[in-house]
Amino acid sequence: MDTLLALMNGFGVALEPSKLLFCLVGVFLGTAVGVLPGIGPALTVALLLPVTFKLDPAGSLIMFAGIYYGGMYGGSTTAILLNAPGESASLATALEGSKMAKAGRGGPALATAAIGSFVAGLIATIGLAFLAPWLVEVAIKFGPWDYFALMILAFVTVSATFGDSPLRGLTSLFLGITLGLVGIDKLTGQARLTFGVPELLNGIEVTTLAVGLFAVGEALYVASKRFRDPEEIIPIKGSLWMSKQDWKRSWAPWLRGTAYGFPIGALPAGGAEVPTFLSYSTEKRLCKYPEEFGKGAIEGVAGPEAANNASAAGTLVPLLTLGLPTSATAAIMLAGFQQYGLNPGPLLFAEKPDLVWGLIASLFIANVMLVILNLPLIGLWVKLLAVPQPWLYAGILVFATMGTMAVNASPVELGMLFLFGYLGYLMRRFDYPVAPMVVGLILGPMAEAQLRRALQISLGDPMILLENPISATLLTIAAIALVAPFVMKGLNRFKAAED
Amino acid sequence: MLSSILKRGVLVAVAVAGLSTAAFAQLELKIMAPAAPGGGWDGTARSMQQALTASGIAKSVQVTNVTGAGGTIGLAQLIGAKGDGSQLMVNGFVMVGAILLNKSPVNLSQVTPIARLTAEALVIVVPTDSPIKTAKDLAERVKADPAKVTWAGGSAGGADHILAALFAEAAGGDPKKINYIPFSGGGEALAAMLGGRVTAGISGYGEFEGQIKAGKLRVIGVSSSARLANAPDAPTLKEGGVNLELMNWRSVVAPPGLSADQTKVLSEAIGKLAKSKEWTEILKARGWDDAYLGGADFDAFLKAEQVRVAKVMTDVGLVK
Repeated sequence: MDTLLALMNGFGVALEPSKLLFCLVGVFLGTAVGVLPGIGPALTVALLLPVTFKLDPAGSLIMFAGIYYGGMYGGSTTAILLNAPGESASLATALEGSKMAKAGRGGPALATAAIGSFVAGLIATIGLAFLAPWLVEVAIKFGPWDYFALMILAFVTVSATFGDSPLRGLTSLFLGITLGLVGIDKLTGQARLTFGVPELLNGIEVTTLAVGLFAVGEALYVASKRFRDPEEIIPIKGSLWMSKQDWKRSWAPWLRGTAYGFPIGALPAGGAEVPTFLSYSTEKRLCKYPEEFGKGAIEGVAGPEAANNASAAGTLVPLLTLGLPTSATAAIMLAGFQQYGLNPGPLLFAEKPDLVWGLIASLFIANVMLVILNLPLIGLWVKLLAVPQPWLYAGILVFATMGTMAVNASPVELGMLFLFGYLGYLMRRFDYPVAPMVVGLILGPMAEAQLRRALQISLGDPMILLENPISATLLTIAAIALVAPFVMKGLNRFKAAED
Repeated sequence: MLSSILKRGVLVAVAVAGLSTAAFAQLELKIMAPAAPGGGWDGTARSMQQALTASGIAKSVQVTNVTGAGGTIGLAQLIGAKGDGSQLMVNGFVMVGAILLNKSPVNLSQVTPIARLTAEALVIVVPTDSPIKTAKDLAERVKADPAKVTWAGGSAGGADHILAALFAEAAGGDPKKINYIPFSGGGEALAAMLGGRVTAGISGYGEFEGQIKAGKLRVIGVSSSARLANAPDAPTLKEGGVNLELMNWRSVVAPPGLSADQTKVLSEAIGKLAKSKEWTEILKARGWDDAYLGGADFDAFLKAEQVRVAKVMTDVGLVK
């Protein structure tokens, strides 16, 4: 009951007109820059930090919260419309979302992303308000071996993105894992596969690979077959809004996506990518229309998008309760706290309840504002698809280039973008799926670092992976998920032979 | 496209509006943080921006981030901006190690040193329920078998790693054998500490402060020469019998090829910054020590640290 009372007090703070205005400004700016691939929420908050020097602590943190939620929200728009995931967390959204957009269902795709984000944000923020102190106790129990097991589970789910040929999918995946080796080895500080190019020391940027393979590769592919076998883009088919059927197919993925996103986001090294992959693969398995996957299934947008937004709320759990910044944005928000002499951590809830609960309440408000701001925009966004193809794809190329230059203005980075773009074209031309490659680049280095850490802590004993209940459970689930389809297939064949 | 450019314009306009408070000063500066937003160098650059403009020392200050390779990508860019008297770069102890580790083609002898600004003591902590109570206990363990003591800290070759190596050496163990586990960012390392999965953790005092005050972590020792003002109960490593001192300092440097006048303008501006009320307040809020050191003294200090770090990194086996 205390929590509820505190939350009500929080709403008292957040509903002051000036705070509402800060929240609105934050949400608007966050969405606006979130739409641009390249400028992520971290850079936005960093850019705006000086503006808040003169604001009171509550006001500025409320604005940050708006920017953070807005940024997570805006990322899905380009992923769906332009097949250009601006951040790694919207990769899974792009898979089905862009197919839906091409088939004239961009409206429902954007709507399910927006409402799914709203639902997920709402539930996850309730989770943040009521479960944070308990959840964080569980989260810090997660050791490197548990993270490694979680990564293995995520790896198993990659097969959902393989398309028709497992061999081609695996080839693509291993290309991605190899790219993940490039750069300074985090554990020993030695350079790997950098060939003396200093720009490669930091590894390959996920967004550069994703935008290159997805957006640039597709633009080249479309251009290459423009006169032989032109692909039709249907701007709008059927309703712009979600049909009854769409609602029916969306609500369960929203909830499941939230169930993945919030707890994994709350883990100190959980991140937003793993839950989106898990959600995508779960929806593919549970979907009543599996044949639609790869051609634009609404579940494949609803689930990952909800997971993505729920993880954003999850990230705030360790930040507020322990003072652990687990993402770059959270690190800058921490600096924002410190600017006012506040130290997030075990004592923050007790020392500054107004501030913390005001922040949590404004997350609820930011969520409502986002959905109000974004739903009317859908009609406008979808019109983008009616732009003639040559213009549209030329625009995508300009957009992709500018985004990459905004993140890291270096010729090497730009060269990589177009190299990956050409590779993406070749892979499409010869029918290799591109998504597993990006997944490999994201998960490979994480899995490697966690495994090596686990072994360092256990002094080289691999049994540590099986001795811990969480990692043992996760590995078992992964093993079942890997083997089950083959067993089922065998059983079916066996049954067929009996008949 | 146009709308996105406009949006970006709005962002910049909002950012600039917040800065243009002191209209009288003429100095326009660019400060590069050779790391991503959110880290220590970025924090230092943005704090400098805040204090320089609020105190009226500079008319405008623009902060840019150039990420990569422990700051050496940014360093290469700074060296490329030869003769630019409006450009500064934040750097520090960690960059000295990164240059050696990455076999960087550029190094700190190529820049114009301006001043050291801050220094932060590192702290060695253990979980509260650990049997290790003092620096001496930990030193005995390290001496017995350095490989069995697991350390959690920041990136490989950084200040935390070097402190762990120096500790092993001071304790009489082989620094090449230390079992140091680098974590990206303080968050994960702190979680490993709280979960009791590693023997000891190293970080700046500020990052562990909340947990120390909440009684979840115990301080084994701070790496400064005297006890910290904001933590008078925490003993120094020297008091605990481990003869060791290390400060994670941060400084500003300028491009090579500056005229004597250009260097003077920058040195004076930073000198004024270090004495300003605004800067003092930021240092207090962030828990950074004022470690201002300018002119020839800083030149000498920078040279000495390069020699010292090179020796440690060779001892640890990070650099062959």
